[in-house]
Amino acid sequence: MSALLCLVRRDLRLALRQGGDAAMVVGFFVLAVILFPFGVGPEPQLLTRIATGVIWVTALLAALLSLERLFQADWEDGSLEALALMPLPLEAQVLAKCLAHWLVTGLPLILVAPLLALLLRLDTAGYPVLVVGMALGTPSLSLIGAVGAALSLGARRGGVLLSLLVLPLYIPVLIFGVAAVEAAITGLGARPHLLLLGALLAAALPLTPLAAAAALRQALE
Amino acid sequence: MHRFANPARFMRLSTAILPWCAGACALSLALGLYFALFIAPPDYQQGEAVRIMFVHVPAAMMATSVYAVMAAASAVALIWRHPLADIAAQSAAPIGAGFTLVCLVTGSLWGEPMWGTWWVWDARLTSVLVLFFLYLGYLALVNAFDEPVRGARAGAILALVGIVNLPIIKFSVEWWNTLHQPASIIRLGGPTIDASMLWPLFVMVLGFVLLFVTTLLLRMRTALLAAKVRALRLAEVERMTHAPAPVSS
Repeated sequence: MSALLCLVRRDLRLALRQGGDAAMVVGFFVLAVILFPFGVGPEPQLLTRIATGVIWVTALLAALLSLERLFQADWEDGSLEALALMPLPLEAQVLAKCLAHWLVTGLPLILVAPLLALLLRLDTAGYPVLVVGMALGTPSLSLIGAVGAALSLGARRGGVLLSLLVLPLYIPVLIFGVAAVEAAITGLGARPHLLLLGALLAAALPLTPLAAAAALRQALE
Repeated sequence: MHRFANPARFMRLSTAILPWCAGACALSLALGLYFALFIAPPDYQQGEAVRIMFVHVPAAMMATSVYAVMAAASAVALIWRHPLADIAAQSAAPIGAGFTLVCLVTGSLWGEPMWGTWWVWDARLTSVLVLFFLYLGYLALVNAFDEPVRGARAGAILALVGIVNLPIIKFSVEWWNTLHQPASIIRLGGPTIDASMLWPLFVMVLGFVLLFVTTLLLRMRTALLAAKVRALRLAEVERMTHAPAPVSS
């Protein structure tokens, strides 16, 4: 457990030292969202109608941005090989990296989302469910993205390939996240959708580190 | 299984099997199309347009089955390092993508007169579209590396990750309210299609399965031959670069 926390602290320290990641992801999130009122016009009813979808989709794309560098730096300078030799299982290390990644990118997205919901005039009933849904959904995004990042290590055009691999697997999270907010706004109750988001997270937590660690071992051969 | 790991034995076996496979495929497709287009009755509600079913349903079955075959081959490749399993998975992927595309397009063509729309975002259509993108992602990943072995291994893992989509596709019409109709063939309580349509459908499914097997064997043979050509070329280059240096003044 302490080795895992050590790894999380290491990744956090590296990310904070570089500084750019969280700011870039949040910056992209805000910019991409405010493009929509420019594109579709500022009419309030239209913005309210598209608000939850736009916020969720751009959150997905923003989460994608920082995934490429999840394992890249360690792989390039050889520390991934050293990490693979540690007594801590590679699966646990993937979990540690995903936790650090989520703290640096997912958490800022969740904190900024209500502000963007304000900009897009989301119905007030949707705010709490938006935050809770993103809190349940963004860790799944980090976990599933880790599988894609591990698979595309060392590939040509790795960034675009990563998006192609990971976006189909993101679709369930997107569907239930949006459905939860829509259900809260229409008064039908967001609980089933939030429970399903939780189920996706519960399934991703044990399974994605297995796949990502297998992919990392392939990359290190 | 390891008896068939020898590529030379595979080439011999497939040389023997392939003509029969191709012949049986042509025969069952011809027979199936004849039954489907001329013998099977028109539907009481849909009229003659129901005949799209005889292409759409087999294509849909193949789309998911080929993915299952791909995932099984990937599992064999990862666990036992079976040399032909990687080749089988990579050869099957474009065929599966083709079947999925045929399924989506024929479904659209069928949906327009029946539902009044070319496309709807219900669970079944969305999950089959996701399956199509999983195939494309697999092909992109396998071809994204300079070393073919690395691409093959990465693709194998991706194929296994995407297997979660198959139960979603199968049960999507039961778990959600979908415009796509619920299962009428593989269901508890037996098929609900009349025998006059069911048997032509079975013949078409058989034809599509044989089509898959024939195309797969052809692609695998081609892949093995291509590997042989590549090895020969590399040996040639080595021979040339180790040749005595040209005399220079």
